[in-house]
Amino acid sequence: MKKVIVPIGPYHPLLEEPEYFALYCDGELVVDVEWMAGYNHRGIEKISESKHWDQVTFLIERICGICSTSHPIAYCNAVEDLAKVEIPERAKYIRSIVGELERIHSHLLWVGLAGHFLGYNTVFMWAWKYREPILDIMEMVTGNRNHYAMMKVGGVRRDIEDADIPIIRKILEQLKPKLEMLTGAVLDDPVLAARLKGVGVLTAQDIKEYGALGPVARASGVDIDVRRDSPHAAYGLVEWKVITCKEGDVFAKAVVRLLECFESIKIIEQCLDNLKGKKGEISIDVRNIPPGEGIGHYEAPRGECFHYVRSDGTSRPLRHKIRAPSFMNIPTFKASCIGETVADVTIILAGVDPCYCCTERSAVAYDVSTRKKILDGSDLIKLSHEKTGKIRKQFGIKDK
Amino acid sequence: MVLDLKKKALKKSLFVFHLSTGSCNNCDIEILDCLTPRFDIERFGMTLVGSIRHADVLLITGIGNIKNAGRIKKLYHQMPKPGFVVAIGACACTGGIFREGYNMAGPIDRIIPVDVYIPGCPPKPEAMISGIVRLLNRIK
Amino acid sequence: MDILETLRERFSDKIKNVKIHTDKRIYIDIDKENLLEVASFVFNDMDARFVTASGVDNLDSMEILYHFSIDREDVIVSLRVLLDRENSVVESLGSIIKGALNIEREMYELLGIKFLNHQDLKRLLLAEDYPEGVYPLRKDDQKGKK
Repeated sequence: MKKVIVPIGPYHPLLEEPEYFALYCDGELVVDVEWMAGYNHRGIEKISESKHWDQVTFLIERICGICSTSHPIAYCNAVEDLAKVEIPERAKYIRSIVGELERIHSHLLWVGLAGHFLGYNTVFMWAWKYREPILDIMEMVTGNRNHYAMMKVGGVRRDIEDADIPIIRKILEQLKPKLEMLTGAVLDDPVLAARLKGVGVLTAQDIKEYGALGPVARASGVDIDVRRDSPHAAYGLVEWKVITCKEGDVFAKAVVRLLECFESIKIIEQCLDNLKGKKGEISIDVRNIPPGEGIGHYEAPRGECFHYVRSDGTSRPLRHKIRAPSFMNIPTFKASCIGETVADVTIILAGVDPCYCCTERSAVAYDVSTRKKILDGSDLIKLSHEKTGKIRKQFGIKDK
Repeated sequence: MVLDLKKKALKKSLFVFHLSTGSCNNCDIEILDCLTPRFDIERFGMTLVGSIRHADVLLITGIGNIKNAGRIKKLYHQMPKPGFVVAIGACACTGGIFREGYNMAGPIDRIIPVDVYIPGCPPKPEAMISGIVRLLNRIK
Repeated sequence: MDILETLRERFSDKIKNVKIHTDKRIYIDIDKENLLEVASFVFNDMDARFVTASGVDNLDSMEILYHFSIDREDVIVSLRVLLDRENSVVESLGSIIKGALNIEREMYELLGIKFLNHQDLKRLLLAEDYPEGVYPLRKDDQKGKK
């Protein structure tokens, strides 16, 4: 059997991080996937060992621009677990508000990109347009559109003023009908349903074996969510529910993400109720970090962020281990892509929201063992004509 | 004479290619944000293209890590000349917070020549647009 | 503390030491020979989720912490294995947990720990031309330190 490699990456036309996937194909079917990473490796775990406990929050914010408050929350949880401190109530609400705002903007970003991957640019433009007001709230509350620098060991750095609360509410209120429209438009669209339903299915068993997380797991009926399972910040203090789906395909992942946006709005509104008109401490002083080890986790938009810190009693971490959700989600491609066609793989890879985009490129096919060219551009075009002819015959379409 | 003509043509419509070389992808998102309805850089005739061979401007984000350094050079040589290189974000300009990292080969100007620096972590879309407009004004 | 009771009952002779940091964070020291058996029990029979593994360089030894999360009880169990620093070799968990394959590759290249019976033990993150035998996350590697 001849196998050909279709490369995806490492540099792809439109966006985000470089990432390289080699698809081993037999005809149009994908028989194996290989993941090659490291184009974004910056050595953060090592740099973290040379920073002060307080400086680390600024460093790990820059792990990922989209989850730039999830990693600090997980890290603060870890250090607070190590030092056994409890943060003030007001800080808990503010943490949840910032975390949920980030979730909305991240999910909208994904929906837009998913539309873009499918060639449905209207969804891309809509979703990114509705994402802008969220970034406006962020700028108003934290001072920056991204990289909010809100989290600190022992609480938060800035308070949310009473004067800001009505504006936040108004923006969220205006966002709701737009989100409903977008959700309706995406979920009712026959083209999207045809492209997404039954594609890239992950079973609950796959999820367990690969340790997949977040919306990927919840779309396959695995009911895990760190916010509920390990209540921290304000998640134990407000009413909300975890969204799950059974199907496990890309469509289910889209449903989970879109519906989670509404839950996030619910959480933010309840947290704002609890902030308004009240005064209180927003952080406590954590001066000395005792020797020991601590673990913290937080449900980022893509799944659980996990941080492990070890201290020897000095002002810097002795070891800081970071596990981002995509590290566990990306290997599931081995389960979801194999047996699918090349055209569907793009959206399956995008389905776990791994922060990358894929490219259409004209591939020259090589034999894996001999590295000899077996097909070139014109051969591929010929093959494509033949296949179209076959499909036409199959559906009884006459040639013009 | 031919070069003058090419430069004149450049002023009207810049095709940009975006390259991330070890960034936190925030700059990359903000670049993409420039394309969406609120900022809409297409009104200046700019568009993102899929291949460096079609591009006039190379937008680079990130520190340029060891694994990428050779590839950056390769892409730079594939870019049709005259072309410009724009370093976006603190990492691309100086190495930023990752300067001491063991996997660092940059900042970008140690690998390839850079024409415009747009600092910020991340720079706002307005800053990026302003940087590109200044570049346009400098083309003579 | 049902979890700890179950583990103590099953592996009374294999658990060397238990550290209870809080009710939700338990650290268990085991020998590397027993790792596969204990990890398999925690993962399959106790229905835990494999979170990740942290490799730590202690200068006199190498340490790996395998973190498992038991979500319904909100407990994270970490299995601690100590290895010889110069010749750090341990059995791979890949045969029971597919999700462990990539983190083992990462520890292999960044800390120089070898995993036996790993199906695909090669570099994941570092460049092809990064010097051999240099492990950036080891404490004596000065690169990347201020």
